Amino acid sequence: MKSGRLLALTIVVVTAILITIGTLWPIQTAIAMATPHLMSSSTSPRGAAQNLLQEIRRRHWHAAYAMLANKSEFQEADFIRDLTGSYTSLRSYASLESFDLSPLHATADEAKFRANLNWSSVVGTFHDLRELRVVKEGDRWQVEWPIKREPKVPPQVIPVNYLRWDVIYRGAEDDWGAQDVESPHVRVVAMHPVDRGGGTIILGELLNEDVVPAFVTVKATLLAKDGSALATEDSFANISHVLLPKQVTPFRVDFPKVRLSQVDNVRIEPSSTLVAASADPVIGIEDQKLNPLPTTSLSGQLVNQSGQVVNIAHILGTFYDSRGQIIWVSDGYANRALLPQTPVAFSLPYPADLADKINNYRVVTSTFSVGRFQ
Amino acid sequence: MKRRITFARVMLPVVIMASGMQLAAADGEGLQVPKVVEAGSALSIPTHAAAKGVLYIVSPAQVLRRNVEPGESVAIEPGDLHNAGHYLALLVSQGTTDKAEFDVVAARQPASVNFLAKPSRLPVSRPDGISGVAYVFDVFRNLVLEPMPVSFQLSDSAGGTQTRSVTTHNGVAWAKMNSAPKAGAAQFQVSVGSVAEKRVVQQVPGDPCNLKMSGQRSGQRMILETAPVRDCSGNAVSDGTIVTFTQSYNGRSEATVDVPLKRDVASTELPARDGSVISVATGVVLGNEIRVGEQR
Repeated sequence: MKSGRLLALTIVVVTAILITIGTLWPIQTAIAMATPHLMSSSTSPRGAAQNLLQEIRRRHWHAAYAMLANKSEFQEADFIRDLTGSYTSLRSYASLESFDLSPLHATADEAKFRANLNWSSVVGTFHDLRELRVVKEGDRWQVEWPIKREPKVPPQVIPVNYLRWDVIYRGAEDDWGAQDVESPHVRVVAMHPVDRGGGTIILGELLNEDVVPAFVTVKATLLAKDGSALATEDSFANISHVLLPKQVTPFRVDFPKVRLSQVDNVRIEPSSTLVAASADPVIGIEDQKLNPLPTTSLSGQLVNQSGQVVNIAHILGTFYDSRGQIIWVSDGYANRALLPQTPVAFSLPYPADLADKINNYRVVTSTFSVGRFQ
Repeated sequence: MKRRITFARVMLPVVIMASGMQLAAADGEGLQVPKVVEAGSALSIPTHAAAKGVLYIVSPAQVLRRNVEPGESVAIEPGDLHNAGHYLALLVSQGTTDKAEFDVVAARQPASVNFLAKPSRLPVSRPDGISGVAYVFDVFRNLVLEPMPVSFQLSDSAGGTQTRSVTTHNGVAWAKMNSAPKAGAAQFQVSVGSVAEKRVVQQVPGDPCNLKMSGQRSGQRMILETAPVRDCSGNAVSDGTIVTFTQSYNGRSEATVDVPLKRDVASTELPARDGSVISVATGVVLGNEIRVGEQR
């Protein structure tokens, strides 16, 4: 009975302490969810920047726009388009997960911060780096938003000879002798298992050697010395699933819980299905370059050479060593829609320890446009 | 109710055949039934029954029941006995059972053919690349086991024709054909008597031969275009085939673009960086290279 009272008292005291800590030093998520009077004061440059970013985080575009010092330079719609994109893209449905502010310089009536914005989307996070200038207006500080206007494509006609494949499959009423359309022939043209972080990663490339488009997947099974299967996985995101004739995609299959030393053999099972597909749009990948430490990445620009807006672009990078062997496969997404003839930057990370080994690389994209199946 | 009927339909032949086997041991006298009957043909079975009875004709796939009047024959109408196989006839009358066994065979006249042609799509000039298998059936979908002459004919889009004549073995005949050197849809036909069945086999171009591109500088861009891409037999490679243009500088990739063939050519543009090398490839076939700066 006595111990029960002691336990109840302990719980009450601990709860009171946690409430006090949470009130005095709230985390950013709590601040964002809290009522405005808990937000930082705009009487300091950092507070003004934090307030703005918290409103953005809540997707309170009107309130965020109202806090800006340079409202006269653009309209609220431009501000929203800057943050969410003019066309449907990953950005449209992304939310600002977190941010951090690094001071660059400060005077009595002006300050500069580097804002690192971490957005979360359905396919992972992406980062946005903005330099915020904060100016003093009377006794309050306000942020000048560095607006990024998406370039507008001038009205024009871009002739495109659309090429697509439609498929008629056999019907349920067909006789058993009636043949169905043949599955596309695909071939694994490269495969390399590597040991990383105590796990095994299978890297490779798959070629569609047929004359029709294929929906492809790759399943890999690691086999022990006695022939038993250690694990089976498939390449989910790290592959371009729709392959046009003679197109090559890299693939990566991760086995985080199996050491390469346990593996005696690897069984790769590519599968392909004939799918309706379109040969357009054509995406050029330009200005590719490797960025050195500390942020090892392959960056470049995607250029939509067709006339149609691409809403989502999935980018896959294959990294080779000096012998031409695949040593890494990485993927990423463009967070903005690809407008015709308009470059959009991308960045694919790769492990820092491979920086010295990478001799060459190859980038491919697969795209999705709203209103089309591919 | 429906379930009981289904059960009865399944079990009845089994029960009757089982009882027939037991009775066969007891009754030595048999019915007068031909040993072999063609499927679908009419049949008259004399019974010599002294009293009313019931005639059962049973096979794993079919059961017939006919009432028998004393001294009369039982008539089986054309089409009543249509499943090929081994049959048991049982005449049950006044506690006695007569039994006879006979076979129903497929009709000699083929009525349909099931034709499996593989593959539905293959590259040109493949020896024995196309196979056809024909299963010959009579009008009641019984496999015709008697040897039958079957003709396989492959007609390509250029007018060439290959023909193979094969005799069925246990109702099946097969043949292999070469794919033609010219791409296009080939008609693969099988004929048995007056019955024919047709399949379409797509003969598609092979890998490209002599992939070659040319480039022209246009300001800060290089306009690149391949010559019409053809395979080693001269067929135009299928539109939609991906051609990869890669621009390298100091041996490292700077730009790349996958372009589908349209009307036999692939064209694109890349930055015109002097000193860079642009190469072209499709699948595992490499083409020529262009050094940017030499076009000035």
